[in-house]
Amino acid sequence: MFRKQYRIYMIILTLKDGEVAQMLDSVVKEKLCSIVGEAHVQDDQLTLVSYSYDATPNFQSLPDAVVSPGNTEEVSRIVKVCNEHKVPIIPRGSGTNLCAGTVPSEGGIVLLFSRMNKILEIDEENLTVTVQPGVITQTLIEAVEEKELFYPPDPSSMKISTLGGNINECSGGLRGLKYGVTKDYVLGLEAVMPNGNIIRTGGKLAKDVAGYDLTKLLVGSEGTLAIITEAILKLIPNPETKKTMLVLFENMEHAAQAVSEIISAKIIPATLEFIDNGTLRAVEAFAHIGLPTDMEAVLLIEQDGAIEVVERDMLRIAEICEQEHAFSVQMANTIEEGEKLTTARRSALTALSRLRPTTILEDATVPRSKIADMVRAVNRIAGKYQVKICTFGHAGDGNLHPTCVTDIRDKEEMHRVEQAFEEIFAVAVDMGGTITGEHGVGMMKSPYLAWKLGEEGVEAMRNIKQAFDPHNIMNPGKIFAKSARKRVVVG
Amino acid sequence: MTQIMETRKTQSQGIQADFQKRMDYDELLNCTRCGFCQPTCPTFIESGGKEASSPRGRIAHMKAVVDGLLEPDENFEKELSLCLGCRACETACPSGVKYGHLLEEARDIVQQYKKHSIPVRLIRYIFLKQLIPKQNRLRVVGSLLWFYQRTGIQWLIRKSGFLRLIPGNMDDMESILPVILSPKQLWKRSKPIIINKRSNNEIPINKQSSRKKVGFFSGCIMDVMFLETNRNTLHLLEASGCEAVIPRRQTCCGALHAHAGEKNDARELAKQNIIAFEKEDMDYIVTNAGGCGAFLDEYEMLFKDDSEWYNRSKRFTERIRDISEVLLELDSLPPLNTHSQKVTYQDSCHLKHGMGVDKAPRQLLRAVDGAQFIEMKEADRCCGSAGIYNLVETEMSMQILDHKMEHVKKTEAYTLVTANPGCLLQMKLGIKRAGLEKKMRAVHIVDFIAESIPQ
Repeated sequence: MFRKQYRIYMIILTLKDGEVAQMLDSVVKEKLCSIVGEAHVQDDQLTLVSYSYDATPNFQSLPDAVVSPGNTEEVSRIVKVCNEHKVPIIPRGSGTNLCAGTVPSEGGIVLLFSRMNKILEIDEENLTVTVQPGVITQTLIEAVEEKELFYPPDPSSMKISTLGGNINECSGGLRGLKYGVTKDYVLGLEAVMPNGNIIRTGGKLAKDVAGYDLTKLLVGSEGTLAIITEAILKLIPNPETKKTMLVLFENMEHAAQAVSEIISAKIIPATLEFIDNGTLRAVEAFAHIGLPTDMEAVLLIEQDGAIEVVERDMLRIAEICEQEHAFSVQMANTIEEGEKLTTARRSALTALSRLRPTTILEDATVPRSKIADMVRAVNRIAGKYQVKICTFGHAGDGNLHPTCVTDIRDKEEMHRVEQAFEEIFAVAVDMGGTITGEHGVGMMKSPYLAWKLGEEGVEAMRNIKQAFDPHNIMNPGKIFAKSARKRVVVG
Repeated sequence: MTQIMETRKTQSQGIQADFQKRMDYDELLNCTRCGFCQPTCPTFIESGGKEASSPRGRIAHMKAVVDGLLEPDENFEKELSLCLGCRACETACPSGVKYGHLLEEARDIVQQYKKHSIPVRLIRYIFLKQLIPKQNRLRVVGSLLWFYQRTGIQWLIRKSGFLRLIPGNMDDMESILPVILSPKQLWKRSKPIIINKRSNNEIPINKQSSRKKVGFFSGCIMDVMFLETNRNTLHLLEASGCEAVIPRRQTCCGALHAHAGEKNDARELAKQNIIAFEKEDMDYIVTNAGGCGAFLDEYEMLFKDDSEWYNRSKRFTERIRDISEVLLELDSLPPLNTHSQKVTYQDSCHLKHGMGVDKAPRQLLRAVDGAQFIEMKEADRCCGSAGIYNLVETEMSMQILDHKMEHVKKTEAYTLVTANPGCLLQMKLGIKRAGLEKKMRAVHIVDFIAESIPQ
């Protein structure tokens, strides 16, 4: 199997005396200003630094300018200018992704959608909502809830993430097991192609086989194929009720086994989250909601739907957990109490960074039947390389988040961290899993893409990229490990 | 021109060197850039989602200065001073980044290199060094204000429209000045006071064990401009069966100095307060101003490199409590009631995000018979007062305030309760700007509880 040396990128542009970061060509800048107005083209150093990172540790690189278009027409004209002058474009939502997907590693312009942030229509007859890319996920969820409708994809960052970002990364979330992920809710898109053409894919349609499914292709394409400027999303009726339970285990493997048993009992909970002891402690230190810090693992389980079904399922789940030696089963008394638990779970990744300066998180995913094997493997690997790995994640859909707490300044330890993650990827792929379940490839996982796809698979994707974007201006350097142009890389 | 650029360059080199020396790099690295802080940041929201105006952005700027990626230019300083310092981001931050400390340190460094104009220097000197730390001088100013309010000069000034000629919103600010008590009363307070010093056998046996001795931190401006509120605080402590003492040697908490980048002055004031309160053995040190309380609560951060003072400050901070916490814990007030009205509460940022107190004030308000408590949307978002922020960043402050007032209006409350003098004045200003003066009022929680005690 093809294995590439894993490296944690550290791209930092250092400024020497009197040297300023590579400036945008003045002709290009003038053209951009004439499209969106001077106020919406920024290239002062402070702004460039502000858009040089996302939520991925140790990736940083300055763009040449930051541009905020106000409508699709403007986006199209901007793309034309960039295509003509071969300037990279990096579309960016709120920069909360975890694969260095919006780090402008090859400079160029960062495209912001803070001015394109309207919910255009909630269609209660077709059960769809039409949005611009800059809408905050939580805002959308609340807006449709007012009409008793439900948009399930709920990435942990939903309070600040944008739908444009969610669509480009195909975000998952806590409800993935029962409801699927972002791609299952995108019915149609408006997108600007790298040549400036504006295309519309799909529609408010339950069925549509007119040609290739470009909608599905663009969802999760990480901004490497086209700029998404509008989306039609599917809504479903709001579930009648919801119940949350917390199941405590003194033994991690019992918890993992319980997950497998619940699913083989043909129950699909809305949420089935796994949290290990290290994560529990960190989350409790932040949230103070009385999580048990002396337990080896807990499962956070949620079921929604009709009252009778929810009651029946929760009872059955409790029984199964008890059979699997659960220490205790606690039912949340109110919906608010349940929400406190899920909100706390969403803070897990950042809360873990309380422990050490650097947190490196992966989202290797395996078939759900392998979850106990995977948890075991992660622990074995952490022991082998003497690194601290805390694990939490969407156990129900096999998508775990082994998170290593470390210190980027300790080179020797970082090397062991790299080796550990390399082995975790290998184990996951061997189990029939994947290197990333929901965070995307970006720059973070690009060296490993072939592990999952094989060289031929990567080549097929490269050809698609080439056909869409011959000049490689759309978010270059992402997904595919080697890219055409390189900027200064230090350290 | 070249000379100005030269000075600017040496200046930014100096700032950068100091950033490398003094900024807590571990704390900067502690920010994982998850962005969870952003939806709680007033300046991020008001700027239409500008990364540079958010906590994550500002931390990235500080780190970039240390890393040599960013020259600490004017834009950098502008974003630093645009921050309200409300610390809502700290409550939202799962990784527990101490943003307030980073901000304070960064501002302190920038301040060292700042060449203020002569008038600004003079104002800072008079205000921070000659006035605030000297209680008697503050009383003189208080007395002058009393004179101004009582002798018809105020009437004359208001009628003449003179204040409108001064840039900024001086006339608005003047109109919300609290009514100052007479010089006679102001000066009476300069004597040490011990209230409720009953001998032990006067206290009912069952209360004896819970009887607390508390020190009251009376504050600098509070004790002149809001003397009435301080008096009410003492009455409430008395009504709760406390023995309250006001150590005479206490002074300003130093928060204003630290936030203005004068950390050394803040340290001196802190020492004076620690000495003043360690003489007497007391269970709690009570404050009634969130802004002071949060700073007092973190005194040990000023003495990270001085183990003796660190330990002494630790003993001090362990006993700091907000008045609402103490009243709730003692639970000895007589039944409270007021005329039928809707009441809402605006959090003091530093009380909530600094001291972590948000439930106690609400519980107290809910305990008042006749008051219907309405929770306001975004009650924990800053009102834009933020120390002297409303004077120096007026535009942003008023934008934030006007948004706040929309939520206030929706509660239909008659009484808007706050827990910090700065917030109180700002809310009064907001009520005036929204034209709601006839429909509602803003009061300090202590005054509201005091007026709810049956006479």
